[in-house]
Order: sequence, then C-alpha cells, then structure tokens
Amino acid sequence: MEGHMSYEEQKKLVMYGLKMLGTITIVEVLVALLARGHLIEGVEFTGFMHYVYMALMVGFSLYKAYFIVYNFMHMAQEVKALRWSVLLPTLLLIWAVIAFFQEGNAWKENRERIHELRHSAPAGDATGAIDEAPDTYRLPG
Amino acid sequence: MASEAAVLEHKTEQDEHLWDGGKSPLKASYGKLMMWYFLVSDAFTFAGFLIAYGALRFSSETWPVADFVFEKIPFFDHAKAPLVFVTFMTFVLIASSVTMVRAVQEGHRENKNGAVKWLIFTIVGGLIFLSSQAWEWTTLIVKEGVTLHTNPFSRHIDEGTYLSAADLESMGFTKVEKDVHGTTATYFLPAGAADIEENRYFVKTDHFGNSFAGKDFKVGDSYLITINHDTHMYEPGAYKSASGAVLKEEFGPRAFGALFFFITGFHGFHVFSGVAFLTIVAINTASGIYLRRRNGHEMVEKIGLYWHFVDLVWVFVFLVFYLI
Repeated sequence: MEGHMSYEEQKKLVMYGLKMLGTITIVEVLVALLARGHLIEGVEFTGFMHYVYMALMVGFSLYKAYFIVYNFMHMAQEVKALRWSVLLPTLLLIWAVIAFFQEGNAWKENRERIHELRHSAPAGDATGAIDEAPDTYRLPG
Repeated sequence: MASEAAVLEHKTEQDEHLWDGGKSPLKASYGKLMMWYFLVSDAFTFAGFLIAYGALRFSSETWPVADFVFEKIPFFDHAKAPLVFVTFMTFVLIASSVTMVRAVQEGHRENKNGAVKWLIFTIVGGLIFLSSQAWEWTTLIVKEGVTLHTNPFSRHIDEGTYLSAADLESMGFTKVEKDVHGTTATYFLPAGAADIEENRYFVKTDHFGNSFAGKDFKVGDSYLITINHDTHMYEPGAYKSASGAVLKEEFGPRAFGALFFFITGFHGFHVFSGVAFLTIVAINTASGIYLRRRNGHEMVEKIGLYWHFVDLVWVFVFLVFYLI
C-alpha cells in the first residue's frame, strides 16, 4: 500500500494511526472504569454484561494489533506467502488459548471438589481410619 | 536525474546477488524476513507466558482487581487514580511507535538527518516507558510488598466488619507487643495460641496509618494486606465475618506476583534491548553508513519491525493485566 502512497499520504496515515490508537486506548480505559463502577455510581457490569465487556476489550486489542502489523510494520505490502507464513502459525494460538483456559478452569473445579469431599468426610476414629467406603472420597480416574 | 531513484532500485534489485541465487524468496530481503520469523518465535514465547497467566487465573477462585492494584500515581501519594499511570505508559509506547514509523519513512527517502531525529524521539519514548515501569515495580515491591511468591492483594470472599483493638480484647484475644528491628509490633493472639505467624491478628491499618476498625466490607471488595515498613511484617487485618467468626485477611493468589513480574519484566527487557539497538542504529545512521548502502536505510526498517512488535505485545499485556 505504502508503495503507492505519496510521502504526504504516508505522513497522514501515521498521524491517523496515532489518533486512532490513542482514542481506542482511552475508550478501553473508560469502559474498564465504567465496568468496575468507578465512573457512574451504582453502575457495574456483571453477568452477561461482563462477557460483553470482555469481548469488547479483546476486540479492541485485536484491532490495535491488526493496525500495527498491517500499517506500521507494513505487512500489507508484503507478498501473500509471507503474510500467511507469519499469520498462520500465530492463528494456531487461538486453540492453545481455548485449551489451556479450559484446563485452568478444570484445575479449579477439581480443587473445589476435593475441598467439598474433605469437608463432607466423616471423622475417623483415634487411629485416623475411616470405616466405610473410602472410594467415595477419591476423584474418579 | 529523474531516473536516479530508478537507478538505485535497479542496483539493489539486480546487481547484488540478492540471496546469492539471484532471487529473494518471498520478495523480501534476507534480514527483513528473518526479523519477521524471529518475531513469530518471540510471539510464541510471549503467548506461552500469557496463556500460563490465563490458565492460572482461571484456576484461582479469586484474582486481584487491576483498578485497585494499579491506582497509584507518582508525586501524589494519597491520590487514587485507577489505571491512569498505566494508560500514560501505553501512550508513551504508542507515540514511540509512531515516531519509529516516521524514522523508517525518512530512511526510505534517504533523509539521514530526518531518520536520526525520529530515532532519537523513539529512544526517548523507550526510556520514559522504562522509567515508568521502574516506578511501578518499585511501588509494588517496596511500598506494597508484592514479591514473586507473596501477594498481599486480594478480594473478600465474605462480608464482615474490621475489628478494633478493644473488640479483639473483649473477644478473649491477647495483645502482644514485640520488639522487631527496634520498633514495636502490636498484634493479637487467640486465647492460649502460640506466637507464630499464623496466629497473629492485626488491627487493620493502611500504609498511611488510617485505621479501618469498624468499617464494613462486602463480598468482592478489594483489599491490600498492609506491610509495616518498620517491622517488615505483613499485617493481615482481623475482621468479624457474617457468620460471627473472627478471621483475618488471607493472602491473594500466589502466582500473581510471579506472573506480573515475569511477563512485564520480559516485555520491559525487550524494550530495554530495543533501546540499546535503536541507539546503535541511530549512531550508525548519523555516521552515514546506511546512506552509503543506498538501500533505503533497511537497518532502520528492521529495528522498526522489532520496535513495533514490542508495542504489539504491550497491547496484549495491557489487555490481560490491566483491562480484564
């Protein structure tokens, strides 16, 4: 793209980038403060709105990333094969994110289950032995 | 003269043997292509860190709230300005990315002095960012007592009321005054309990000496376990929970400090090496060595790719640590 742009046009694009990235950052911070109830008394994003908020923040960040890579790093001018050789491996990270966050959540659930079982377990006798069905207190698998 | 640009282009495209086979794969110079692939690998390293952060955060019942942890600003000790300082840091980095693009543009036009000027602005931006980060870290470590393995920031998991010294004594706690590093540490022990860390209850007081006794809190409210700068002891505040039990503030998720310092530290190290390389490139540009190469200051372009990448990573660090 830049190859076809005049010097003045290039300078304009850079100024546009500065304003756009700056504005997005301010909007992000304002929304973050609004969502945590800092801006308007009594307004806080919970439940469904919390997910909307998360999606919005991720969306803004991805757009900033796209803009930096395509316009500041001039990815737009590289040949298609180069673009894909960089972007494709990076896109695979989406799966890593889903898988590991899921895994993290599973750790939490396991821990909560262990905690629950420990507290529901009957007290043992003086030797610490528990009479019945010890299998109940083990996790499956 | 009109064809001077064409001549130069001809020279760089044809006369050097490109990658020695007479062609340049992916129509990019060797250096630029390798910089791209280095950045891909670096992106994976950062992604590894950030994914570890996400997995550990998902596995925690509670997590410190960013706008409570990062609400300090320099020069105004008592001010509460959530996310303001880190927004400033983000701006500095964006601005330095923009000055970097300008340096690359001037380099393309073989405008040596223009490139040097914008490179210097970029270096200054990097230095401001690094100093800001140094201040942020100092505040967290020295004032608030966050370390790699101790995290005094957390959120309440039940509602309750902070207790005063009189409350604790009326509930059968024993007041202890102990000499630590030449100052007196005052805390309370449950009746008959040994004087060990786990049994010490403190009257909640913040870093400015304001007492919290009698104050109520709700589920989800943020707190910071005060570290006493004279005794170097953490002072978990005693409170009466809704169920009537006397409890004290628990430390937050352990991994928080390590993740924060490793990830922002790794990013800061990239900024630092970026500043070092920018300085070298600026000096070389000023010497005219890149001008003589007649390749549109490609070296400036390559360090530019790296510098934008550092900004790009910050976009995601900013997202996970400060926004969500």
